[in-house]
Amino acid sequence: MKDTDIKRLLYTHLLCIFSIILSIFIPSFFLENFSILETHLTWLCVCSVFVTAVNLVLYLVVKPNASSKRSSLSYKVTRFLKCCIYFLMSCFFFHVIFVLYGAPLIELVLETFLFAVILSTFTTVPCLCLLGPNIKAWLRVFSRNGVTSIWENSLQITTISSFIGTWLGAFPIPLDWERPWQVWPISCTLGATFGYVAGLVISPLWIYWNRKQLTYKNN
Amino acid sequence: MRLGSGTFAACCVVIEVLGVALFLRGFFPAPVRSSSRTEHQAEPPAPEPSTGASSNWTKLPPPLFSKVVIMLIDALRDDFVFGSKGVKFMPYTTYLVEKGASHSFVAEAKPPTVTMPRIKALMTGSLPGFIDVVRNLNSPALLEDNVITQAKAAGKRMIFYGDETWVKLFPQHFVEYDGTTSFFVSDYTEVDDNVTRHLDKVLKRGDWDVLILHYLGLDHIGHISGPSSPLIGHKLSEMDNILMKIHTSLLSEERENLSPNLLVLCGDHGMSETGSHGASSMEEVNTPLILISSAFERKPGDIRHPKHVQQTDLAATLAIGLGLPIPENSVGSLLFPSIEGRPVREQLRFLHLNAVQLSKLLQENVPSYKKEPGFEQFKMAERLHGNWIRLYLEENTSEVLFNLGTKVRRQYLDALRTLSLSLSRQVAQYDIYSMLVGTVMVLENPAHPNSRWSELDVVILLGTMGHVLSLGASSFIEEEHQTWYFLVNTLCLALCHEIYRNCFLGDDCEPWRCSHGERGFVNTAPALQDGSIGHDELEPHRASKSPASLNTLRGWEKWMAMASPWVILTCCRLLRSLNQTGVQWAHRPDLGHWLTSSDHKAELSVLAALSLIMIFALVQRRCSLTSKVAMALGLLGVYCYRAAIGNVLFPWQRDSKDISKGLIEARFVHVFVLGILFTGTKDLLKSQVIAADFTIKTVGLWEIYSGLVLLAALLFRPHNLPVLVFSLLIQTIMTKFIWKPLRHDAAEITVMHYWFGQAFFYFQGNSNNIATVDISAGFVGLDTYVEVPAVFLTAFATFAGPVLWASHLVSFLSSETSSGSALSHACFCYALICSFPVSAYIILVTSLRYHLFIWSVFSPKLLYEGMHILITAAICVFFTAMDQANTKS
Repeated sequence: MKDTDIKRLLYTHLLCIFSIILSIFIPSFFLENFSILETHLTWLCVCSVFVTAVNLVLYLVVKPNASSKRSSLSYKVTRFLKCCIYFLMSCFFFHVIFVLYGAPLIELVLETFLFAVILSTFTTVPCLCLLGPNIKAWLRVFSRNGVTSIWENSLQITTISSFIGTWLGAFPIPLDWERPWQVWPISCTLGATFGYVAGLVISPLWIYWNRKQLTYKNN
Repeated sequence: MRLGSGTFAACCVVIEVLGVALFLRGFFPAPVRSSSRTEHQAEPPAPEPSTGASSNWTKLPPPLFSKVVIMLIDALRDDFVFGSKGVKFMPYTTYLVEKGASHSFVAEAKPPTVTMPRIKALMTGSLPGFIDVVRNLNSPALLEDNVITQAKAAGKRMIFYGDETWVKLFPQHFVEYDGTTSFFVSDYTEVDDNVTRHLDKVLKRGDWDVLILHYLGLDHIGHISGPSSPLIGHKLSEMDNILMKIHTSLLSEERENLSPNLLVLCGDHGMSETGSHGASSMEEVNTPLILISSAFERKPGDIRHPKHVQQTDLAATLAIGLGLPIPENSVGSLLFPSIEGRPVREQLRFLHLNAVQLSKLLQENVPSYKKEPGFEQFKMAERLHGNWIRLYLEENTSEVLFNLGTKVRRQYLDALRTLSLSLSRQVAQYDIYSMLVGTVMVLENPAHPNSRWSELDVVILLGTMGHVLSLGASSFIEEEHQTWYFLVNTLCLALCHEIYRNCFLGDDCEPWRCSHGERGFVNTAPALQDGSIGHDELEPHRASKSPASLNTLRGWEKWMAMASPWVILTCCRLLRSLNQTGVQWAHRPDLGHWLTSSDHKAELSVLAALSLIMIFALVQRRCSLTSKVAMALGLLGVYCYRAAIGNVLFPWQRDSKDISKGLIEARFVHVFVLGILFTGTKDLLKSQVIAADFTIKTVGLWEIYSGLVLLAALLFRPHNLPVLVFSLLIQTIMTKFIWKPLRHDAAEITVMHYWFGQAFFYFQGNSNNIATVDISAGFVGLDTYVEVPAVFLTAFATFAGPVLWASHLVSFLSSETSSGSALSHACFCYALICSFPVSAYIILVTSLRYHLFIWSVFSPKLLYEGMHILITAAICVFFTAMDQANTKS
């Protein structure tokens, strides 16, 4: 493993963080009364679009897995469509899980769904970019000793930390502090965002720290 | 020594029960009491203070009112009278409040807002301790000094109609009474008609001094359909008419006798937004208190806004009004507006009597009473009062006298307020010593085994750590069900992940040993959580035993196994919307309310019948033939019982209006429960004798389990029967597709059972609030209140979830023959995982004992935890007995 790889990883992650920060500040130039808490849904959409766009651009520029053997247009189109379907499916999947966790079934459907969208953005989109619509590869990456590159390793860390952030984000909801961010699903989306950002920061550092121990099969 | 670990744990839990009991004794303090209980009769009333010339007024002042009628309406909330509902439905009362000769107050009831402690507070003026809630059901005669006893001693003739609790509290005090029982909550007309029917006769007769009426109907309506029900309006207008009748009758009598009468309208406690009571929300605590008498004249345009006072103030006011000594434990202060119309000398005399009584109480309860600001104020007021008396006796009627009188009065009122406040605060002091001893005894428990046990149990402790930490926040206690639902969901997702990995990758065959640094991200459960760390940690143990995998399952079973976590999650989600509990979201509409409303009786009946059939289908598969038949008949009996008491419909007789107590049906089911339990015990004993026959023991345990299920089916309200069905369903699915194929360790299975048991405790509709305990379960099959069975049945119905899961654990583990020590190991784990939160909670409560919500949130939870640990001890003893049987055979 080369240090340059880790450096590239760090830069891409910094760009992702930068995109989230931009999603907080840019809309306030165009929209009246924009704030994360009050116009939360708008922010969710903006943030999701920004992060997806940055991920796609990075994927096209950096090309971490340069292994696409076939490059016909039809193949690329079907792959892209498949990715879209996977993304939608993951949104619905998360939505179902939130409802199972106790989110209201009928009220606040839009809020819950957008929460599912942002969580999918943080977790499914990087997976789709890196691994493509390939369930087997996903299962491999998310099992023990399945990672084959630092990219997959960082993907693992960011995804898991997003989930943990979401999970922890649910904790303040029952508290009686009566703060605006305790309303469903704001604390969870914020938790997911913090988890994602934390994952983005931690993963390059962690990989750099353990670069001696980490050996990948393909490297 | 490993053999004895289960026994050891059971002993520890038993010791812990003692510790908790001791702690509870220390925690719930002895209320403020006067020590001179016996000789108070002989004590003369305090004379007027005076300097110089001695006052000649040493006797008690004469009564202000010749007749007093107390009309107590159960669960009368302040806005029912002073709010928009009052204007709409109680026009006469509103007229009296706004323009009539009356004084109105908002009286604050202290929690627990349950009827008996409230009656005690109204009549004694003292604050009953929290432990009084527990004694609420069998209220013994009130021995404390109170207004009723004083009135009887003074020869007043009292008549009482209404809630039986009064008759129990004051057994020989009333010359005439008719107690109505609040047994049937569903009846809200007859309870009140039973009171009103005497009214005409009694009002015509003049041979009484005090008339007390306690109307229960409003409370019952609240329990059935909540405060926004249209029934409330009808009831309020009925009450308004009764009030008008009493008031006109009193007025016409006054014209003959020329001495004023007093009519008191009050509530004992309020009603929460869901219609229950017991806690300390504003709606439950604020009650109206209206004093109506022609003595309280008011000029037109004199607007009197209802002032906020304490409920305990009524006792002192009534005592003064009737010319009686103030009850010696009363912490209330006289409601001054009620004596405002009297001459200044009398006013001061009354205030002085009240202040003397309060300061005496303070002297007896606070060692350093001389430093209390209230006491100093009182001494000051007394001195000024003496001066005033001297001036008065010197016939000095100048401006000076008037000004001094006003000053003395103000000084007295201040002193009364401060005294009353500092006495009320006294109640919140604790017996630290017994709390400490209790804590040490409880703590001793987890300390011992930790040194002797592997990291396996340490990991399981980590799994509950989050829950334990959450007990430090009052909101998390109020919403504890959310914590458990969350944990159970996460557990299901973790199991789901394990199953899927097992199915697709089958990577469990190779024992996994990883470097320490890698552990951070190998766990890929969708939501990483302590419990799932537990699984990975435990895997080496499992892998060394045998390759656990789902490959042993056949095709469709594999698919079932993969679907099972989702089925369980769906069940949990459905159950969650069955009963909304807690505080913040308790008012949300839920399926339970929808089902219990009278419009959906048919749906409820179908659901109950289906649930009973499902219960039979799920339970019967492992029973012997006799208990199968008994189970079927028992479940039929459950339906008949519910139909008899009017919860569900009989398919074959549509128009059976008569509601009975269903005694025969309930006893019929009780007989079958006992029969099944007996068969089970017999099988267990048989397996002791015939050591070889292992299946008999399994069947016996299962029969005991199914007997408990039948009992739970009888005691649960019909809309809660699905909880029982889903519990059985989840147990079946978990046994078949998760625990057996994945070969979970006994400790893991124990933790899962414990978590599900806790979640089901809340799925039943329980919460950490005393008000949600379903007391009606204690009366199933009983004609009258019999303490032991009633307490047992209520406790079982409340803790049915944890108990059923624990007994399933026993029967599951002993059916798995693989490891001999599994039971004792499980017993140990169960004891540990139950006692850990209790011990931690006790420390937390000790450190938070001056928290604002200590009475309303932490104390009820402490009672629940105490009860829970008692039940855990019983379960552990059962475990140990089974384990001993196991090792012997």
